[in-house]
Amino acid sequence: MSSSPEHVIDVTGVTKTFSGRKVVDAIDLQVTRGEIYGFLGPNGSGKTTFIRMLCGLLTPDAGSGTCLGHDVRTGQRAIKREVGYMTQKFSYYEDLTIRENLDFVARIYDVPDRAATVEKSLERLGLQHRRHQLAGQLSGGWKQRLALAACLIHQPRLLLLDEPTAGVDPKARRDFWEELHRLAAEGLTVLITTHYMDEAERCHRLAYIAYGRLLARGTVSEVVATARLTTWSVTGPEIRGIAERLRDRAGVDQVVPFGTSLHVSGHDAAQLELAIAAVREPRHEWVRINSGLEDVFISLMDQAKDNFS
Amino acid sequence: MHHFTFHRFWAVVLKEFVQMKRDRTTFAMMIGIPLVQLMVFGFAINSDPRHLPTALRSADQGPFARSFIEALRRSDYFTLVREADTEAEAAQMLQLGEVQFVINIPEDFTRRLLRGERPSVLIEADATDPAATGPALAAARALADAALDHDLTGPLAALRSRGGAVDFRIHALYNPENITQYNVVPGLMGVVLTMTMIIITALAITRERERGTMENLLATPIRPFEVMAGKILPYITVGYIQVTLILVAARWIFHVPMVGSLPLLYLVSLAFIAANLAMGITFSTLAKNQLQAIQMAFFFFLPSILLSGFMFPFRGMPDWAQVIGSVLPLTHFLRIVRGVLLKGNGLAEIWPELWPIALFLAVAMAVAVKRYRQTLD
Ligand SMILES: Nc1ncnc2c1ncn2[C@@H]1O[C@H](COP(=O)(O)OP(=O)(O)O)[C@@H](O)[C@H]1O
Ligand SMILES: [Mg+2]
Repeated sequence: MSSSPEHVIDVTGVTKTFSGRKVVDAIDLQVTRGEIYGFLGPNGSGKTTFIRMLCGLLTPDAGSGTCLGHDVRTGQRAIKREVGYMTQKFSYYEDLTIRENLDFVARIYDVPDRAATVEKSLERLGLQHRRHQLAGQLSGGWKQRLALAACLIHQPRLLLLDEPTAGVDPKARRDFWEELHRLAAEGLTVLITTHYMDEAERCHRLAYIAYGRLLARGTVSEVVATARLTTWSVTGPEIRGIAERLRDRAGVDQVVPFGTSLHVSGHDAAQLELAIAAVREPRHEWVRINSGLEDVFISLMDQAKDNFS
Repeated sequence: MHHFTFHRFWAVVLKEFVQMKRDRTTFAMMIGIPLVQLMVFGFAINSDPRHLPTALRSADQGPFARSFIEALRRSDYFTLVREADTEAEAAQMLQLGEVQFVINIPEDFTRRLLRGERPSVLIEADATDPAATGPALAAARALADAALDHDLTGPLAALRSRGGAVDFRIHALYNPENITQYNVVPGLMGVVLTMTMIIITALAITRERERGTMENLLATPIRPFEVMAGKILPYITVGYIQVTLILVAARWIFHVPMVGSLPLLYLVSLAFIAANLAMGITFSTLAKNQLQAIQMAFFFFLPSILLSGFMFPFRGMPDWAQVIGSVLPLTHFLRIVRGVLLKGNGLAEIWPELWPIALFLAVAMAVAVKRYRQTLD
């Protein structure tokens, strides 16, 4: 197959089956150079499995394609040299210090001018004062920094980040995303999985996966637009009662509480309006709003549940 | 093994050294186990040996000699495997460990019996294994009396009453005082190395898998052989510390004589240590978790200790046990250690024991590299 040189990841029909269950089901994905590509989906939807197939840790059962121009089935050794992979679970050595971990990785990849590179990497991620601390004694945020530093040390062309910000405080998450955008601006390509909606919105493009299938993809606005979801927001006293009354009405696909308001969404705008008219009371304030990513993902998830489970 | 790169191998070596330094418990165990074993096994271990290989050097063709030899052939204790023509030949058989005993029947054996005198028979014994040598004299005496019983009639019957018709003398070589510790303490070196080296590497790879660090390692371009060699090298140093510890105890606590070359012993220990480390690595590629790895290590350790000649005289074991024993590196290493320390063997004499260890090492390493999964599939 021919793949554009601009496509750092270009795979089609990638499938993985574990004991008879398709955990990743015919996923196509194209990621362009310098792009931050978000990968979203509930737990167990196959995100980690998909990433492992991209970096040569698992062999796909079906499908084909390239990663950094190397075949994902046969070019695994070449891929490993040029990819930085941050695992979902911290997987550096807890009984080594930060510096020792970085030095280990630098030796494995035989980076030129090792000592200086390790030093620069400590500096860049603000780890220099903790260099002699054991990795096992670090908090989640610092572990994440160490892992990022370690998977960048050999100057990979592609970063695969598997839920890098899970369990990390908001400030550290913000710093992390700034760093990612800086790296992307320098030409690094990033594929990142996350659960956080605010992070999804920081990606250039994203894909939503559930039950191993890719259900939507594109920029945030594209994903929202293709969902064709109409959403109303309601506020006021005792809105919980409205939720009960609306849930089973025709035209109402989902009712989701958001803080003090409820989001009521449906795919048929006219029917949705009829349903809402039936329960409307003066003490409640109804506003038609633009559907958000979260509304769309919940809707995708519900549809997927009906279709595949 | 192609594309072996030094920098990746060395990265693993340095990492393992640092981890070993931080893991105090394991390090204490490495030093503690030899000490405990020295105390536990420092005393004699009794057993009931049988079928010990024996060479015969007979200078007499007379009827009494023939009866006695016939009895020897039927004996449970001795098994005649060779005949020696000269004293030098007999000495060499003992030196190489081909036989445990040489029984020398003098030229005047029949003649002296006929004259009503007690002939003397010299049994030369390889006493590095005292458990086997101890009962030899009594066994020979019982054999001779039974064999000669119906020949010794008439005036010769008197011979029977004087504590046996034949005067057996045992000449214990290499360990003249039959001191069991001479045998056990050098043997402990092999036992301790087998026990600790296998466990330590058996844990090495399963630990990476259990802690999740394996995923990271697999995501790098590192090769199986680089990982394994890198994990083996640091523990060779530990093995040498143990060897030294036991040799010091052997020399100054148990006063084991050291006839042979210590540098030679250190050199050949390398093959044995590496063979055990490789076996441990193989186990760790087969085991799903650390517990399984330890169980496999023990599964290997038990036959090693029972069938290698450490617990029971090797020659006294049934054939099937000897076959299993011959595969185990410990069996050969025990002979090497005893041979070098007690007999002063050189490289030429220990070569027959060295290559089986080297072969074991090569096979274990090949299996480990083959079994090491480069993906998570
Ligand atoms: N090595 C494996 N063997 C069997 N099942 C697996 C394996 N790895 C993952 N799975 C299963 O595949 C599904 C998808 O897992 P995963 O890719 O980790 O999802 P996610 O990262 O989206 O949470 C889960 O149900 C998980 O239990
Ligand atoms: Mg995951």
